[in-house]
Amino acid sequence: MHAFDYATPESVADAVVMLSDHGKNACVLAGGTDLIVQLRENRRRTDLVVDVKKIAELNALSYDAATGLTIGAAVPCYRIYGDAEIAAAYPGLMDAARLVGGTGIQGRASLGGNLCNASPAGDTIPPMIVLSGEAEIAGPNGTRKVAVEDFCTAPGRTVLEDGEFLVSLHFPAPLANSGAFYRRFIPRNEMDIAVVGVGASVVLSGDRSSFVSARIAVGAVAPTPLFVREAGEALAGQPVSDETIRRAADLARDAARPISDMRGTAEYRKHLTSVLTRRVVEGAVQRAKE
Amino acid sequence: MADRHDEARPDESTHSEIKPGTRFTRRGFLKGAGAGAVTAAVAPAILVSEAGTAAAQETEGVMSATISLDVNGSTHNALVEARTTLADALRDRLEITGPKVVCDKGECGACTVELDGKLVFSCMTLAMDAQGRKIETVEGMADGDSLHPLQEAFVEKDALMCGFCTPGFLMSSKSLLDANDNPTPEEVREGLSGNICRCGTYPHVFEAVMSAAEKMRKGG
Repeated sequence: MHAFDYATPESVADAVVMLSDHGKNACVLAGGTDLIVQLRENRRRTDLVVDVKKIAELNALSYDAATGLTIGAAVPCYRIYGDAEIAAAYPGLMDAARLVGGTGIQGRASLGGNLCNASPAGDTIPPMIVLSGEAEIAGPNGTRKVAVEDFCTAPGRTVLEDGEFLVSLHFPAPLANSGAFYRRFIPRNEMDIAVVGVGASVVLSGDRSSFVSARIAVGAVAPTPLFVREAGEALAGQPVSDETIRRAADLARDAARPISDMRGTAEYRKHLTSVLTRRVVEGAVQRAKE
Repeated sequence: MADRHDEARPDESTHSEIKPGTRFTRRGFLKGAGAGAVTAAVAPAILVSEAGTAAAQETEGVMSATISLDVNGSTHNALVEARTTLADALRDRLEITGPKVVCDKGECGACTVELDGKLVFSCMTLAMDAQGRKIETVEGMADGDSLHPLQEAFVEKDALMCGFCTPGFLMSSKSLLDANDNPTPEEVREGLSGNICRCGTYPHVFEAVMSAAEKMRKGG
């Protein structure tokens, strides 16, 4: 690993100054489960590593049934699923938080880091999209908010400008009769990168016979995790039935633009997108009924 | 592996204590050291005052420092570079060689340690990031000559072949049983999913963990 400097700012303002001073020659460290490997393999170079874990806002984890969930960008996965109230309110997010690596990764890795790493296959990103997650970004011009579905712009690239970094993620409180689900396909049981991952959230009518609204997002089938707006919209106002769910699954498949690589061919991934979307929407419906 | 060896040990004369939130300038750092005025005790004050006044700072990080690591209940000081991982600091600086460096990228689990009671891969944790946290390695499991029940079970069930992955498996197993003293075989598999054994001793490892769990529940 090449040499770099290490800094531990204790406030958002100090971190912004450091990151602004160094521009592209600085990078942000949270859990480090992606960054340290990238630095060691010379896939990234940096003069300064800014460890943001000493900043209070980055470690915040709070849930309120009225205002929703706020997760500091450096909060590791184990803290999220370890909070019984949060785990019960956001099972769709827990599906992914429990999937990222093994326990040794979950002791460090954060949802914020997963998002900023901007892998097309990042497991926590589709569920964050379908839960209408919003990213709070701090930078030299103050703070701004960006919807999670707009955060990743290309593999490894995000909307973050020089001097900016992710402070926290916010999710609205779950509505009545709503449910969310995430599932990925991998050839092993654990510790693998998704061939395809699909997240879905649904809101059902009071009698649970029809969809009020739905959101569907797919991973590992495009340069970024993909919000398939039209697939969710196709369910809105429709009865909960195999036919309507299959139509949404077809729309998700049509939106997928996968590549062929060692994990699967484009054709295989297209097919998987359809199958997984169907199962994931069914899973979200089941949770909405519980 | 090659570039792990090109990390020169930093010059003893240009280091200082690093404290969370402390700002350093490399210029102030070197200037102070060059004048022979920097000692571990006074350096931060000098550097902080420089950082506070200099508008155009060259840098605000620190490239090397003597840090204090709490390993298995003992405090150790080590001079490390910012890029030194916890695994390298433990093994190369402190000669605590239980954590093994195999893949060096968080895929194999041989370097697994506990940081503040949570399982982490020490190859993807910076040593400076581990300051002020409690580090537990496999060396801390036995009580003198008396092995931990998990270690005894690994011996009894023949849960290793070459043994290189064993410290990592022991740490993951300990963490698993600390959180859940009565796991199902499926939970054991999931809890150990971050550890790889290329000799393929998994069935014996799982058997050892189940056996140790039972013994520990009975208070033994």
